[in-house]
Amino acid sequence: MAERQRGYWLISLTFILGLYLQAMPMPDGLLWWRPEWVSLLLLYWCLEIPYRVGVFHGFVLGLLLDLIEGSFLGHNALMLSFLAYLALLVHSRMRMYTLLKQSLMVFVLIGTSQLVFQWTQSALGATASTILLVLPATTSAILWPFMHLTFDAMRRRYVQ
Amino acid sequence: MAQVRSTLTIVVTPLQWSADLPGRLWGWGVDLLSHRNALLEENETLKSQVLLLSKRVERMAALAAENVRLRELLHAVAVDEENFITAELIGLDADPFTHQVVINRGREDGVYVGQPVIDATGLMGQVISVAAYTSRVLLVADASHAVPVQINRNGLRLIALGTGAIDELRLAHVPDTADIEENDLLVTSGLGGRFPVGYPVAQVTHIQHDPGQPFAIVSARPLAQLDRSRYLLLLFPNARQPWQPDACRSPINSAQCRPHRLEDTEPVDLPANAFADETEQPPAEAASTQASHSP
Repeated sequence: MAERQRGYWLISLTFILGLYLQAMPMPDGLLWWRPEWVSLLLLYWCLEIPYRVGVFHGFVLGLLLDLIEGSFLGHNALMLSFLAYLALLVHSRMRMYTLLKQSLMVFVLIGTSQLVFQWTQSALGATASTILLVLPATTSAILWPFMHLTFDAMRRRYVQ
Repeated sequence: MAQVRSTLTIVVTPLQWSADLPGRLWGWGVDLLSHRNALLEENETLKSQVLLLSKRVERMAALAAENVRLRELLHAVAVDEENFITAELIGLDADPFTHQVVINRGREDGVYVGQPVIDATGLMGQVISVAAYTSRVLLVADASHAVPVQINRNGLRLIALGTGAIDELRLAHVPDTADIEENDLLVTSGLGGRFPVGYPVAQVTHIQHDPGQPFAIVSARPLAQLDRSRYLLLLFPNARQPWQPDACRSPINSAQCRPHRLEDTEPVDLPANAFADETEQPPAEAASTQASHSP
């Protein structure tokens, strides 16, 4: 049991950092380009240690994100739970991919979750409909290889 | 549910506060390292501004007192000064689809949902959720926001809708024959019952008469600096006042504190609403014009 809990502080810390980066004020023009930090982190941990991080983590993170962004309670929670579920579905396949292929997959996964977010948002009320929602998915995919390499080093040292 | 939400928000308050910290530190650093000449220059500008404003206030005191006396003569409803508290912006929404800000005042300061928020130049928006120490403000430019306005020039009542673009509002249902011009000032009409009357909201920028459309397409630019203001004022219109300052202390209110000598005199023989305020409408009409956003 102790072995399974090892390095939990690192995982929590990265999630807090992700929430922090997601809440950071940015100029309006750059707002569209902000990578989905929380989604990226959740995706990483779901792919690497799927038996420890999963849908429940996505749900809790999503709730916190809802509170920070002031969106409908459960809105981000739905999106992140969905993303975690998708990640758990594909994790064994994704491990075999090269970094470039993984990046493409990340684009698809985060793009899909963004789409779900948009659907629920338009179901909830007035919204501007735009294709710009693929921008965060793009920047996230570009960031993925760098994040993957850094986090792998950290994970091997502290988590497993 | 709102209660649950406001309790849970306390958990993320430190995160919101710390996310704003870099910007705060940057501002502090700029203040610390700014050039002496620049500071002196700013000081000069501020001094001249204070002079200008205090001159206006001097006249304002006399005018306000006169206004109160005239209203007493007409037995009209007294217009109270609105109380306010200042607030500082501590966070922006991270979602580009909405226009909301987080401020550093919450239930502890008497903030309530639906409270109007202004900045130095115009109406900012309204409070949509309140936590213990922070609250969230929906800006007038948000796509789900609407505010009842009137044209300052002629009192024509309209509704200004947010578009989702930070620098544009759209006026709904403007007849093609309506007396509206570019650069007209739009002020709150107070008809929704949410915003007090008379605060500047926007300026008309563009009017388009399209024969194919049932109404004229009118856009306006919000006067509040929605994306720049850091210090905001939370208004406490009508009865919801958290504190009761001594009304006699300020020169503007002093006229109201005199004993009512007018009651002894004969009432002036005038029709009841000969000079009544433009905005005092029968309740039915007021209700139909109400379009305040309710989250």
